[in-house]
Amino acid sequence: MRQRAAAVLAVVALAATGCGGGDGGAAASTAEGSASGPTGTVTVFAAASLTDVFTELGQRLEEENVGLTVQFNFAGSSALATQLTQGAPADVFASANAAQMSVVTDAGLADGEPAVFTANVLQIAVPAGNPAGVTGLGDFGREELTLAVCAPEVPCGAASEDVFAAAGITPRPDTQEEDVRAALTKVELGEVDAALVYATDVVAAGDAVEGIAFPEAEDAVNDYPLCTLAAAPNPEGARAFVDLVGSEEGQQALEAAGFRAP
Amino acid sequence: MRRERTPAPLLVPAALAVAFLVLPLAGLLVRTPWSQLGTLLTAPGVGQALRLSVVSATLATLVSVVLGVPLAWVLARSRARGRAVLRALVTVPLVLPPVVGGVALFLVLGRQGILGSWLAETTGITIPFTTAAVVIAETFVAMPFLVISVEGALRGADARFEDAAATLGADRWTTFRRVTLPLVAPGVAAGAVLCWARALGEFGATITFAGNFPGTTQTMPLAVYLALQRDPQAAIVLSLVLLVVSVATLLLLRDRWLGRGAAA
Repeated sequence: MRQRAAAVLAVVALAATGCGGGDGGAAASTAEGSASGPTGTVTVFAAASLTDVFTELGQRLEEENVGLTVQFNFAGSSALATQLTQGAPADVFASANAAQMSVVTDAGLADGEPAVFTANVLQIAVPAGNPAGVTGLGDFGREELTLAVCAPEVPCGAASEDVFAAAGITPRPDTQEEDVRAALTKVELGEVDAALVYATDVVAAGDAVEGIAFPEAEDAVNDYPLCTLAAAPNPEGARAFVDLVGSEEGQQALEAAGFRAP
Repeated sequence: MRRERTPAPLLVPAALAVAFLVLPLAGLLVRTPWSQLGTLLTAPGVGQALRLSVVSATLATLVSVVLGVPLAWVLARSRARGRAVLRALVTVPLVLPPVVGGVALFLVLGRQGILGSWLAETTGITIPFTTAAVVIAETFVAMPFLVISVEGALRGADARFEDAAATLGADRWTTFRRVTLPLVAPGVAAGAVLCWARALGEFGATITFAGNFPGTTQTMPLAVYLALQRDPQAAIVLSLVLLVVSVATLLLLRDRWLGRGAAA
C-alpha cells in the first residue's frame, strides 16, 4: 500500500513538474531516476586499453536503464588526467595506472578514494605465425629483429623498462611507440617482429596477433584504479557505472578481455 | 605597391583573427617555466631532435619542390583529360588524418608493403623506422601544400609571356625554365615555405610510419608529445623551441625570397 502511494506521488510530481516548463525537466528526471534508475548522460573518461570492454559494459548499462546514455572518452591515461585537471566535465575516471590517478586525486577532483578494479600484465605480441620465431623476453636483445616497445614516457613503456631491468636484458628496439595500440598496429601490419604490449591488447587484436606470456611480466603488474569525480554532472549515473564494473558481470567481461582480477 | 588604410569592416574580423591565432601562443609563453629553461633546453636529446626536425623538413621540402613543381605545371597547363580527378587525388593527403597516411605508407613502402616487400627482397633495404621514413612521411603530408600554391601561381601568371617566348623560337622546356619558372618564383617560394612549415610540425604520419627513436626518427613534435606524457613543462619548452626556430626561419626566408615588400 505504501509503495503504491509512493508511486502515485511520483506520478503526481511528474505531472505537476511537467506542466511547469523551464526547470521542470530537471525535476522530472530526478523523480523518474529515483523510481527506475539513473537517466541522462554519464561521461566516462577511460584508459585506451579499456575501449572494447567498457564500450560493451556501457551498452549493457544503457539497455538496463532506459533514458541513460553512456558517453566515453578513451585516450591515454595521462592525456585524460590533463583534460580533467584542465576542467573537462566527466563523471567517472578509469586510469591505467596509479600515477595518473594521483594527478587527479592530488588536484582534489576525485569523489572519495579511488579503488583498484582490475589489472593487466605485459605480453609479447608477434604477427600471426610468429615469423621471426620469438620465444621470450630475451629476444628483445636481438639486434637483427625489428622490435617495438612503448616509449618510457608512457605507462606501458615504464612497465617494459621494469621487466627488462628485472630480467637483466638490454632491449634493442627500433621504435619507441607513443602508446600500446600504435605498437600493436605495427605488429598487425607485420612491420615489426615483436612488440611488448599488454595481454588485453593481444586479445583485442584478434587473429592477426599472437601473444606470448613470459614469467618476468609478474615484476610489473599494472593496477587500474577507478573513481567518480567530485564535480560529476551525473553522480547517480556515475555510481551505476562503477557498480557495474565491480559486479561479477563486469569482472567477467574484463577477464574475457584479457584483464585479471586485482 | 600601393599602400592603403585598412577599411573598417575588415579591421574588426582581422583583429579577431589575430587574437584567435596568437593568443594560444601567448598562452604557451605565459606558462613557460623560464627559471628551468636552461636545464630543460640542455637536456639530452633536445638538440638532436631539433636537428633531425630541421634536416628532415628541409629534405622533404626539396623533394616536394623537385616533384611538386612539375606536377603543379601538369595540373595548371596540361590539357590531358582527368586533370580534375588527378588534382583531387593528389590533395588527398590534405584531408587524410595523418595517422591514416602513415598506415597507408606502410601498406606501400613497409616491409610487407606492395613496393616495400619487393625492395626488401631484392636489396635487403627496409624503409620504416629510418630517417628516410621520416622524410617520406613528411613529404607525403606536406607536398600538396606546395603543389596547390604553385598551381595557383601558374594559373595567375600571364600566359602571353610564354606565348612571346614561343614566338621568338624558344622550345617548351626553355620557356618553362627561362620564362614560366621566374614568373611563378614567388608562388614556388610561398609554397615551399608552407611545405617546410607543415613538414616541421608533422606528427601523425611520422610517428606511425617512421616510429619514434631518439636520434633516428624522433623529431621535435614527437619529443613534445612524449614529454607531455611525463613533464608538461618540458613539453612547453620544447614547443617554444620549435616555435622560435620555425618563425625565425620563415621570417628570414620570406625576406630573402619574396622581397622586402612581402616581408614588411
